[in-house]
Amino acid sequence: MADIGFLAERAHVIRTRIIEMGASHTGTHVGGSLSAADVLTVLYHHVLRVRPDEPGWPGRDRFVLSKGHASAALYAVLADRGFLDPGECATYGEHGSRLAGHPLRRLPGVEFPTGSLGHGLSLGVGLALALRRDGLPARVFVVLGDGELQEGSVWEAVMAGAHLGLDNLTAVVDRNGWQISGTTEECMALEPLAQRWTAFGWAAREVDGHDLPALCTAFEELPYAPGRPGVVLARTTKGRGVSLFENRKKSHYVTLTPALYQRAMAGLRARSRT
Amino acid sequence: MTVDATLTPPALDGWAQTYAGACREHYRRVLLDLARADRRIMCVDSDMGGLEDGFAAHLPEQYVNVGIAEANMMGVSAGLAAAGRIPYVNTISTFAATRACEQMKIDIASNNLPVRVVVTHGGLSAGHYGPTHHALEDVAIVRTLPNMTVIVPADAVETELALRSTVDLPGPVFIRLGRAETPLVHLAPYDFAVGRAVPLRPGDDVTIVASGPIPTHLAVEAHERLAASGIGARVLGMHTVKPIDVDALVAAAGSTAGIVTVEDHVRTGGLGGAVCEVVSEHRPCRVHRLGVGDAFFDVVGSELELLHDAGVSTERIVEAATVLCRG
Repeated sequence: MADIGFLAERAHVIRTRIIEMGASHTGTHVGGSLSAADVLTVLYHHVLRVRPDEPGWPGRDRFVLSKGHASAALYAVLADRGFLDPGECATYGEHGSRLAGHPLRRLPGVEFPTGSLGHGLSLGVGLALALRRDGLPARVFVVLGDGELQEGSVWEAVMAGAHLGLDNLTAVVDRNGWQISGTTEECMALEPLAQRWTAFGWAAREVDGHDLPALCTAFEELPYAPGRPGVVLARTTKGRGVSLFENRKKSHYVTLTPALYQRAMAGLRARSRT
Repeated sequence: MTVDATLTPPALDGWAQTYAGACREHYRRVLLDLARADRRIMCVDSDMGGLEDGFAAHLPEQYVNVGIAEANMMGVSAGLAAAGRIPYVNTISTFAATRACEQMKIDIASNNLPVRVVVTHGGLSAGHYGPTHHALEDVAIVRTLPNMTVIVPADAVETELALRSTVDLPGPVFIRLGRAETPLVHLAPYDFAVGRAVPLRPGDDVTIVASGPIPTHLAVEAHERLAASGIGARVLGMHTVKPIDVDALVAAAGSTAGIVTVEDHVRTGGLGGAVCEVVSEHRPCRVHRLGVGDAFFDVVGSELELLHDAGVSTERIVEAATVLCRG
């Protein structure tokens, strides 16, 4: 059973760290990091079989953040799970830091450098295929952005995952509905999204991506169908947790001024009490 | 236009006979052989045709066909390699080097993963298929990727040696093969090492450096013709374009009148470019680069006809070498 109170507490800490990285001199992809925060919290604190003290443990579940621009969320959760010293988050974007705007390979817990969209699911297919042929029980989870699904290579990997019957592979789509220039539906429509994945042979599950018990259940019930990869379509809110960022186009990339940082943290605290 | 588009293949004795045929077919036999001995090896196919019978039928658990999807194939192979496999990726050179370049760069090369990208249809070897299937900039692109070893074998013998010597190389390897059958350059066993040029013919007047099947064959032919005019042309087979054999090039620059480079590639950035980088830094000398010029090359013809039109021919090598010798 998932300890929902614990997960909610961790998600709050992770959002706090995302805001802190947004207040660095470089700023960060705040909106898409906050929308993915609950998904990453549940994955790292409830789902993934990983060993923070042994990041290369061969039996580990593999995680690929295909939407690498949500690096702040990844660093925050890796720090929260013990892969990194939480103090390292303060080095985000600084010269010589291991924490870049998109994840570097040399960071413990990061399987691949990501950020150029449309790569992660192919990597996941390769990992899942090798693990299955080696008879290992490890699973593979790939988090994609919704705008990222406009990259054609994603659908090459979607076809391959289904064709190869990789039920040890799960894609999670952070369906926050926005990309830089507007909503996904205005820019290049994705709906009907669940039907698109199921038409390609995946077993789809739609879930409120901020409902921690629902997320836990969605991951606990994997695999959804034997011989079919699963996709969790996590309906999320861009900028979730800070009302001045929520569902705002401008929250895509933010460099928080000290004043904005204070407002954002106050907003985050107020939201966490409700 | 009709050109004298014939090669004079050497007579093959017992040893060499086993290498008759196209590099591609020989590669496939060697791959199956290597894979039988090493379970880590995977054959990753993108609907190339023939591997389903030539490989999958024998070792289905070490084979995967991802369909006509080269970008995905590179990512899948990076994933396989990260999980302990040694993937041999099969596609046409231009589809690897240009279509799927970013996946090769980020997913494979930046992670220094042991993926072997074995491509066919290098240079103009797709012949009459036309420029969409020619690969004239592949070597230039791939050799800029850090960690990548780039090998352009001259024949089936060198193809096998390159494959066998790179199985356990830690990082990625790009092996560029032609498509059709080409004459053997190596008629007897020789000492092969990644990164070391093969002295194919001795000579102290001028140096010819070549890579790839037909360019190397033409370089050897040019050596014979130059010898008839009293010019001693050293021929270096530069199968490894990266890391290139600096010592052999510096020695050639220091002891001969200059270097002629011969390649089935644009003149910028490939073998000729790599040779210029080395000699300009270590031992400046005159270099004449033979290759395809800086224009889209949409002539119809066979590989030999196209190379001739591009100025890659025995005659042009002889001319260039003679000019260098005259100072």
